Amino acid sequence: MTVLDVRDLSVRFRMRGGREIAAVTEASFRLGPGECLALVGESGCGKSVLASALLGLLPGNARTEGSALLGDLDLLAADERTLARTVRGRRVGLVPQSPAAHLTPVRTVRSQLEETVRELTGVRGRVLRTAAEAAAERAAFPAGHLDRYPHQLSGGLAQRAATALALVGDAPLLLADEPTTGLDRDLVDRTVDELRRHADAGRALLMITHDLAAAQRIADRVAVMYAGRIVEVADATAFFGAPGPRHPYARGLLDALPERAFTPIPGMPPELGDLPEGCAFAARCPRAAAGCRAVPDLADGVACHHPHPAAEEASRA
Amino acid sequence: MLELRGITAGYDPRDPVVRDVYLTVADGEAVGLLGPSGCGKSTLARVAALLHRPTAGTVVIDGEPARGWRHRAPREQRTAFGVVFQQPRQSADPRLRLRDLIAEPLRASGRSRAEAAARVGELAAAVGLSEELLARRPHEVSDGQLQRACLARALVPRPRWLICDEMTAMLDASTTAALVAVVEDYRRESGAGLLVVGHDAALLDRWCDRTVRWSTLVPNKEDASPRKAT
Ligand SMILES: Nc1ncnc2c1ncn2[C@@H]1O[C@H](COP(=O)(O)OP(=O)(O)OP(=O)(O)O)[C@@H](O)[C@H]1O
Ligand code: SF4
Ligand SMILES: [Mg+2]
Repeated sequence: MTVLDVRDLSVRFRMRGGREIAAVTEASFRLGPGECLALVGESGCGKSVLASALLGLLPGNARTEGSALLGDLDLLAADERTLARTVRGRRVGLVPQSPAAHLTPVRTVRSQLEETVRELTGVRGRVLRTAAEAAAERAAFPAGHLDRYPHQLSGGLAQRAATALALVGDAPLLLADEPTTGLDRDLVDRTVDELRRHADAGRALLMITHDLAAAQRIADRVAVMYAGRIVEVADATAFFGAPGPRHPYARGLLDALPERAFTPIPGMPPELGDLPEGCAFAARCPRAAAGCRAVPDLADGVACHHPHPAAEEASRA
Repeated sequence: MLELRGITAGYDPRDPVVRDVYLTVADGEAVGLLGPSGCGKSTLARVAALLHRPTAGTVVIDGEPARGWRHRAPREQRTAFGVVFQQPRQSADPRLRLRDLIAEPLRASGRSRAEAAARVGELAAAVGLSEELLARRPHEVSDGQLQRACLARALVPRPRWLICDEMTAMLDASTTAALVAVVEDYRRESGAGLLVVGHDAALLDRWCDRTVRWSTLVPNKEDASPRKAT
């Protein structure tokens, strides 16, 4: 069974002077009920654009290709009215990247939670207060802070307020865009465990994150994005443990962790408005060779001409 | 030496976030301050950088007590600090091109244009920003690229003290390692001291000479957990 089926999703931004930005290129993946896919990658590689595309929240100069089926609804083709009335919050919940920007500054957290609960669940009257408090509790938002305004919250508290709002509608698909930014390890663990429980209750979860420890804790599978393309999709256990990632970029990313070598990948990612010919990682890749001038297809979970061996090959070697 | 002596600070004088805290960073030392979300470590970091006036206590910079806060701090004390925050978008003027953003601290310093341009060029190269990126405005670059610019801006006046408050919390592992390497290169060359505030123990332990836990700083440990509402 599939909750979300994304096929060949591409997003292009048209800029002044006819320039085009290839934010997402031919991304394909599926998500089943109860499953969590972590989407990781360097800042600016297109992860959030992908999430915005799924929610129909792209700006006017964006053009999409491909399809993203949620049941029989193509999220990329749906009109704004459908998305606003039946999709956002109800069929797809979003935990946003910058919670402060998603909270209304002039209203307390309690009033925003109550409104969302009323809108999405129809609860009204005296029980509304209790329902809103229960919603806060699920995201570990302290009840004592409910009457505060967003600017009176630390980064961590604002993040939990946004998470609480996203969980209200019990949507079958949850998109979490950096849901743990600014949280300490305990709170990261609590937040991802809460999200995991939502997945375990039969929902599909796409979690975008740069926090590899959080990804390891929660994900069944990991998708690695580089310069707008998904370059590796792997089982989380194999990816974080042995034999490790197969794509050279993904290896470099793990090696940059302070628990590992703490060495950055040399250079910076290419500009999405000016991608090189061939493999976009070539300029930074220790395994690059002449054949890398052709764009590698995603085959067998990895888009690379010279990938590190997969589990079976590794044990044979 | 950078000394925080008996700092009490917050937003509501009846209920301070930070109470009677002592912390010292020696010359050239890198100190990590590790604490849970909402404990008040950002508030303390802002006090250390003379950006937030404490209700009690003093900040002593190389033997000199701080003589003012924010824009009222004397120039030579203010420019002794380079500060990088967690959210580059909140601390970067959206109208400025990255080049001008980096040069901002030099504007009032009376340095010649050529001198300023040379310093910006040097730092842009160190943080890995190309000429093309320097010509863009904040909304035209990624968080990682903008944070590189904010780090360059913090280093531009050659500060003796660097304060990094969750500088890498929103960055991927590779960009984190790259920015830490830039800070460490600068410290090696300049001998600057560093206070890093964060909640990633693995990062702080790897980066700093010593890591101080918030709970050991605050006399009454109950106050160190996220505060109860009053
Ligand atoms: N402008 C403000 N007005 C009132 N309270 C505030 C304000 N800014 C912060 N606070 C409160 O002060 C406390 C400490 O905030 P601070 O930003 O220093 O936390 P932090 O340790 O940096 O947390 P995080 O890691 O979550 O960002 C929190 O309880 C927060 O809600
Ligand atoms: S295709 Fe070539 S350049 Fe690209 S990641 Fe693989 S080995 Fe490196
Ligand atoms: Mg903080």
